[in-house]
Amino acid sequence: MIECRNITKTYKNGDMETPVLKGITFTVNNGEYVAIMGPSGSGKSTLMHILGALDTPTLGQYLIDGHDASSLTQDESADFRMKKIGFVFQAFNLLPRATVLRNVALPLIYAGVPKEQREQRAKNALKAAGMDEARFKYLSNQISGGQMQRVAIARALVNNPSLLLADEPTGNLDSKTGEIVLATLEKLNEEGRTIVMITHEPDVAAHAKRIIMLRDGLIVKDEINKDRVISTT
Amino acid sequence: MRITDLLEETYSAVTVNKVRSGLTVLGIVIGIGSVIAMISVGQGAQSSIQSSIQSIGSNLLVVTPGAQRVPGAAVSAGRGSAQTLTLDDASAIDSTVTNITAISPEVSRRYQVTAKGTNTNTSVVGGEPDYATVHNVTMDLGSFITDQSVTAYSKVAVLGPTTRDDLFGAGTDPTGQTVKINKVDFKVIGVTVAKGGTGFNNQDDVIIVPITTAQRFLSGQTYVSSINIQAQDSKSMSDVQQQVTDLLLARHKISDPTLADFSVLNQADILAAASSVTNTFTFLLAAIAGISLLVGGIGIMNMMLTTVTERTREIGLRKAIGGKNRDITLQFLAEAIMLTLIGGIIGTALGWILAWGVTKFAGIATTVSLSSVLLAFGVSAAIGLIFGYYPASRAAKLSPIEALRYE
Ligand SMILES: Nc1ncnc2c1ncn2[C@@H]1O[C@H](COP(=O)(O)OP(=O)(O)OP(=O)(O)O)[C@@H](O)[C@H]1O
Ligand SMILES: [Mg+2]
Repeated sequence: MIECRNITKTYKNGDMETPVLKGITFTVNNGEYVAIMGPSGSGKSTLMHILGALDTPTLGQYLIDGHDASSLTQDESADFRMKKIGFVFQAFNLLPRATVLRNVALPLIYAGVPKEQREQRAKNALKAAGMDEARFKYLSNQISGGQMQRVAIARALVNNPSLLLADEPTGNLDSKTGEIVLATLEKLNEEGRTIVMITHEPDVAAHAKRIIMLRDGLIVKDEINKDRVISTT
Repeated sequence: MRITDLLEETYSAVTVNKVRSGLTVLGIVIGIGSVIAMISVGQGAQSSIQSSIQSIGSNLLVVTPGAQRVPGAAVSAGRGSAQTLTLDDASAIDSTVTNITAISPEVSRRYQVTAKGTNTNTSVVGGEPDYATVHNVTMDLGSFITDQSVTAYSKVAVLGPTTRDDLFGAGTDPTGQTVKINKVDFKVIGVTVAKGGTGFNNQDDVIIVPITTAQRFLSGQTYVSSINIQAQDSKSMSDVQQQVTDLLLARHKISDPTLADFSVLNQADILAAASSVTNTFTFLLAAIAGISLLVGGIGIMNMMLTTVTERTREIGLRKAIGGKNRDITLQFLAEAIMLTLIGGIIGTALGWILAWGVTKFAGIATTVSLSSVLLAFGVSAAIGLIFGYYPASRAAKLSPIEALRYE
């Protein structure tokens, strides 16, 4: 369970202050599938970084399973990310000079998983993300944007995270591949993983069970996706 | 993070930019290579000077004319220039001083020497039969100077092997032939066995004639250039030195030892003075080479700082997916150490080749010692640690999200 209590985030660059999040409060229970929507610049990625313990709020509290994330040391939060969180970045953040397979296996290096197991799990994750096996040995700057997206998703899946945070996971995909990825997310959610996904496409958000609307750093709407909840039950 | 993974990550990071890694390694290669080569030249000089001092003979005391100087400066001071020692001094020492096995008064000077159609400029030493004992000379061909030839002012000469090669051709037997020293004819009666000295102190490039003959027909003077005394053993050296000094002071009627018109040098003193000179020389060479090692180390640091800046996003990502500060520090440190160790290995090989080349082409003796190789490796590992640590810890301290946003 993750809980945001009146979170604000203000970026400071010298004298200039940019208030981005202005008091966000919500809770996500284990097993939920949440879509966060909002216009560009509304603070979605900023919020996602806080949820992933990559960044800390300026004010307010962020609790993971009841623990305050800002009290963690750098190493403790790294450990937490390694064990619990899968993160799909909006900008992918792949290592350009490493192969697809190595990129996906990278989180497992820090988990101390031996090499053969690592490669096996990376292959499975890549297949789950709909990645073509012929591209596994390519360098990650030799593949298309859509393929990079799938590699980024595979890397987020590889450590079996209980919380998957995906920032625009279908942003670079055609509708067919987008469907594959969304189906993967749905499957992971059915396995009991919590998923928080950012998107600004209503079609994509429609796959989630709950939709949170963000505008100018505030939650303007937070409701159950009735179509989806009713259709699956 | 496992050690094999760390090495693999390091290997792929180092090989990604081969040219840059190569140039950085080159800095270390040159540094380590020159340290090893320079130390080898210094140590080679040291051992060749020591062996040439020892090849003069063992347990030697050398009495030279001229004022006493501080050890070190006294090695060649005033030798032969002052004229205060005579053959009588030598025979007085021989009959009075105890614990000596041999005594060899000598006059020496360089002359132009000619044989049939050949000529050379070499050192001509006037000596007595004891010369052979004192200087460990053994005969290859013929015989050495005898007491009889000394008393008879015989014009006979014993050649060193190098001189023989120069005058008569390598390996020939010149006994019975004639050489002209300073226009005086001498009959060759023998050739000594090669001792293998080099340079200015070459024990093989010499002609030995009876001292009396040398005084009468060559120098025209009754003085001697040095009196070499062999003590019974190393323990009696200082006692003999004292006896000789006292005797000569008395004979020369000098009461204040600081005003002595001769000096008595002990072979151990000469050796110590020479090694202190070569030690300084070695240290100086190593220090000069050490500067290039330092420059190489700064090259490593520079490259690592550039790498950290360039790979800021990578560092951010690694931390975002679970890399701990220690993992990041270790990774960058391992890169720096890997570069310096590769540099250390190639540099050692280079130093070895350089030392070999110096010996082969410049004829200077060199010694690559294990300690200089260990020193080079220790220094290169230390450089990797010291110059790699700062960039590595800088990388580790970055906040993941700021690092990811870095452009
Ligand atoms: N490091 C920073 N310093 C200052 N301002 C920042 C910084 N990072 C983000 N911002 C600002 O915060 C605001 C929200 O950024 P954020 O990336 O969270 O938006 P977003 O909702 O994810 O937008 P998009 O849909 O385009 O991805 C933007 O106006 C941006 O300019
Ligand atoms: Mg965003």
